[in-house]
This record gives sequence, structure tokens and C-alpha cells, in this order.
Amino acid sequence: MKFKLAKPNKENLNTFVTLGSVLILVGFFDFLANTFLDLNFTGFLPGGLSFLTPIIIGVMGLHFIRIEFSGNRLLDKINTNFNSSNFNAFLSLLVIFALIKYIPPILNWFIFDADFAGNTKQDCTSGGACWVFVKVWLNRFVYGMYPDTEQWRINTAFFMLFALVGASFFVPAKLKKYLLIFLLFVYPIIGLKLISGGDFGLEYIETGAWGGLSLTFIVSAFALILCFPVGMFLALGRRSNLPAIRYTSIGFIELWRGVPLITVLFMSAVMFPMFLPDGTYVDKLIRVLVAITLFEAAYMAEVIRGGLQALPKGQYEAAKSLGMGYWRMHFLIVLPQALKLVIPGIANTFLALVKDTPLIFVVGLLELAGMVNLAKTNPEWLGMAMEGYVFAGLVFWVICYAMSRYSQNLEKKLSTER
Amino acid sequence: MSKIIELKNVNKWFDKFQALKDVNLEVNQQEKIVICGPSGSGKSTLIRCINRLEEHQDGQIIVDGKEISENTKDIEKIRAEVGMVFQQFNLFPHLSILDNCTLAPIWVKKLPKKQAEEIAMENLKRVQIADQAKKFPGQLSGGQQQRCALARALCMKPKIMLFDEPTSALDPEMIKEVLDAMVDLAKAGMTMIVVTHEMGFAKEVADNMIFMDEGRIVEKAKTKDFFNNPKSDRTKLFLSQIL
Repeated sequence: MKFKLAKPNKENLNTFVTLGSVLILVGFFDFLANTFLDLNFTGFLPGGLSFLTPIIIGVMGLHFIRIEFSGNRLLDKINTNFNSSNFNAFLSLLVIFALIKYIPPILNWFIFDADFAGNTKQDCTSGGACWVFVKVWLNRFVYGMYPDTEQWRINTAFFMLFALVGASFFVPAKLKKYLLIFLLFVYPIIGLKLISGGDFGLEYIETGAWGGLSLTFIVSAFALILCFPVGMFLALGRRSNLPAIRYTSIGFIELWRGVPLITVLFMSAVMFPMFLPDGTYVDKLIRVLVAITLFEAAYMAEVIRGGLQALPKGQYEAAKSLGMGYWRMHFLIVLPQALKLVIPGIANTFLALVKDTPLIFVVGLLELAGMVNLAKTNPEWLGMAMEGYVFAGLVFWVICYAMSRYSQNLEKKLSTER
Repeated sequence: MSKIIELKNVNKWFDKFQALKDVNLEVNQQEKIVICGPSGSGKSTLIRCINRLEEHQDGQIIVDGKEISENTKDIEKIRAEVGMVFQQFNLFPHLSILDNCTLAPIWVKKLPKKQAEEIAMENLKRVQIADQAKKFPGQLSGGQQQRCALARALCMKPKIMLFDEPTSALDPEMIKEVLDAMVDLAKAGMTMIVVTHEMGFAKEVADNMIFMDEGRIVEKAKTKDFFNNPKSDRTKLFLSQIL
């Protein structure tokens, strides 16, 4: 076969691969020299073109090595995964170049140029991230304004929670039921009492002093557990045959979905007490919890309703034909399937809820992000906003990623269709 | 033999469309009735009215001595006595075959779990899928699923069984295994109302045949007379098309 430059073919495999590889290497060399050594070989070209030379040369090289059924495994793999067309070759190169260019500075800031040792802002000299800030403030980031001497109470409460949750994965199925009931109905009371105190010789600590990551957990956990059943009943209510229930549910859902959370929180803090009779007082944290719960329940209701609607009518009919009434039909047949269908949506709502918790700063409660906000305005630590927010972001990411993974596992575990 | 189902002048509308027109029907205990007719003739609607999966607007339906209407408080109790097998099986995909069969006996009839499982295994043996008890519906063939659906209905020990085109969604090869199970059930003396196009099954099992068209019962006759000597022209035409 004749040698044609624009049409790489198998007969001239070696020629094309050599030519292509050389061009790709030149492209990379140009790019690396440009990025790390500040050498611009192609500077004589007009501005835009000079900037694009590495990619242009690289794409040309990739074009030459794009040979179908070359027989070389590595080459075939590269071609199918990075180099299936000129446009894909361009995108692949662009992504690789971007990664090479931007990852090192980020790593430098994070780790290599960062300061870890010391106790004051003055110890941060090397220009990278000042993790000293996070180190010094870590206690506040986790416990908020909770008195140092009483922090063992928070630790105990959370240790108990993790132990119980951990145990629920290992105990036999029979005990598991009781453990879950204990976790859902008894433990929250014990945990709250332990943290708030006031009885059993524990010093009372008002909720205004709670804060940091522990408050994030408390607010998220209560709202998660409470919004789920409320949302479930709202979803059922919206599909009810009884007009009173249906329209109440619709009204409730649309009202809460139509209002920004921050407004709801303001209302709960500022307006709500005005409606209470004189002398009654509902704790700020409880008001906030109720507000978030109802707000997220409205979203949860719509997610669950999606699942209810996705179920074939035949499932309802089969349940009815076996003599099941409304509640048995829903709790034995409909909800188990509908909830399984909408696990991704439920996880979505839960993640959104966790990430909405920082908004409680509007009523003066400072969870993790709120504490960071506070710490960065401390005169001795001005200019540490970046480190603080990156830290808070990372913590939120870890929490949310863990939840997301758990939901994916749950989906797999519950799947019965094969 | 005593009447177990009685329909008097039943009328049903879906909005403007009248699905059932003055339907009268009596079914005796242990009687087997096969309903046939072109699609859209109201066959399914008729049997779905008997356990009130559809509501009729006019006339009377009396099942086992109790009238079915919107005032019936314990419609669940009647449904528990009337088994139904659907065209699309409608097994519960999140439960194993065994759990499909034990769920209603445990939660509706309040049987202890062990007893419910015994009954379930008995019925699964009867339809010859006892070896699949631990599997999920999604792992079974259509014929097996439909037999499981039959077993599930039988676990409630119903007095009447309704079949809504039980073999229409099946591959030809699987139709026979389902029909065999239904023939066995008929021989055991169950009261059955079957909507089907399987005329071979009808000839073998049915005491009476009903032909429906446009919401009316056009012809009701003994099975032999129905096939050999149909009275109405519409029936003749229908039979000539499907036989």
C-alpha cells in the first residue's frame, strides 16, 4: 500500500507510531518547558497560536498513532480510551495538560509549602496554607463554645452513638430490631440530656454554647430522623382519597417548598416567639430543628411521592385482592418498594439537609462553618478565611461522601432484580 | 347447590363510557365459569367488580351473602375470601416467593409464621414450584411466576378464585403449565371465574360459558351447548374467528 501521510494505516505501523510518538513528546516537552521552566520556544508565533502549539502538535501526533487493529495492545488501549477521534484526542490532551498544570500548585499550597508547627499566626512563614490556624482552633471547630471541662459529655454521647450504630451491624437480626428502637427512641433523649445537662448533677449548658461540628451532627441527625416519617406521611397524604387530608398535604408541601430555608429560620427565631403566650419559652435549637425538619420533610415528601407514582398499579391491586387494607398495603407492599426506588433521591435530600445546617447561623447558632466564620474574624487570626473554609469544606465533603457511598451500598444490598 | 355470587343489573361507567350494561349473573358454589369475548367487551371489568377493584355505579353485587357497595366497611374481609390471579402476575418483587405467599396469611389472617409457611409450602408444592421458594420473582420464568401468583392467592384459602387472562402474558410454552395447575384446582372443587381465550381449557373445565360483547352478557350456556350450538350470531362469529 502506498504511504499517505494523512491516512495512518497498519502497513506502515512503525513509521506512523514513531512519527506520532515524536510529535506527542515534542508537544509535552513544549508544554512542560512552558509551564515549569518558563521557556517559550514558540514565542515568535502570534499570541494565541503560541499558546496552543503543544496541543496542536500533540493532536497531530495522536492522529498519526490512531491505527485500527494495530495488534499492539497498549496502542489499541490508548486509542480506544483517549484517542478515538481528533476531537477526543484534543479533549484528552487538554485534560492531561490542565491536571499537570494545576495539581502541583494546589498540592504545594496544601502540603509542601504549608505550615503545621507553631501556635500563632506568626509561625506561618512559608507562604502555603497555615494549618496552625485549624490546629489551634480545632477544639472550637468541634465543640463550639461548650466549656472545655464538660466536653467529655459530648464525647461520651457520640461515642455511645457510634458504638450503638456499629453494634447494629453485627448483632443477630433478632436483637437488631430492639437495638434500632433503642437508637431511634431512647438514645436521642439520653444523648440530649447528657449534652444539655441540668439533671443528675450535670451542669446545665444552654444551647447557645453548643456549636461546631458536634452541633452539625446533632442538627443533621435529628432533622434526618424526623423529616423522613413526616415526609412519608405527607407523600401518602398528597395521594389520599380524602380531600381534607389531600389538600392539607398539598398546601403544606407547597408552602414549605416555596420559601427559602433562611426565611424559615428567621421566622422560627424572630416571629414564632411572638405567637407564644407570655412566659412560655421554646429553646432556640428546638425551634430551628422543627423548622429544618418541616422544610426538608416537604422535599422528602415529593421524593417519596415520585417513588409511589413509579409503582405499577398492579402492585396495589394485588395487595388489595389479598385483603390488605390501606395501611398494610402501604407498609408491607408499597412503601418498601417505593422507598427502594427513590434511595438516590432520599440521599440527595439528606445531603442537601446536612449542607443546609450552616444556615442556622442566622439565629445565632454556630456549627462548623459558623465557627470558622467566627474564628477568621479574630484579630489575631485575620486572613485565615481560606484555610478555615477549605477545612470546613473538606469535613462536609467527608460526611457527605460517606453518606453517598452508604446509600449506594444500600441500593445494591436491597436490589432483588437480577 | 347454593349461590355464592350474584350480580343484579350491574352497570358501570368509566366517565362517559359504559363498560357494563345490565349484567346479571349467578354463580353457584364449585361452579366453573369461563368468560370470553373480544377485547374491550367488559370481561375483566366484570370480574374486577366482584372484588371491588373496580366500583360499579348501579345494581347489586352480592358475594357470599354480603352486598358489595361503597358502604361495605369490611371490603377487605370479602377480598380475603376471593382470590385473584392477574394477567401480569403482580408478584411482590421485593419479597421471596415464600414471603409472597406468607405475607397476607400472616398480616391479614393473623396466622403464626410457622403455620403460614407450612400452608405456603403446601400450595407451592401443589403448583410444583416448591423448589423455588427461596428465590425472588425476578429470577423466575413467566410460567413459574404465574403459578406462584396462583399459590399466593390459594394461601388465603379463598372460597372463590378469579382469573383475569392468566395466560395472556405468557410464552406459548409456558401456558400449559399454568393451565395444568388451574385444571388441578378446578378438579379440587374450587369455585372459579376465568377470563381467558384458551378454549381448550374452557372445554375441559367449564360448567358454563359466558360470551360478552360491548359490556353485555350476550350468551350464557352450558359449555357443550355453547360450542356446539351457539344461539347468537355474534357468538358464532367470535367462535369462528378464534377456533
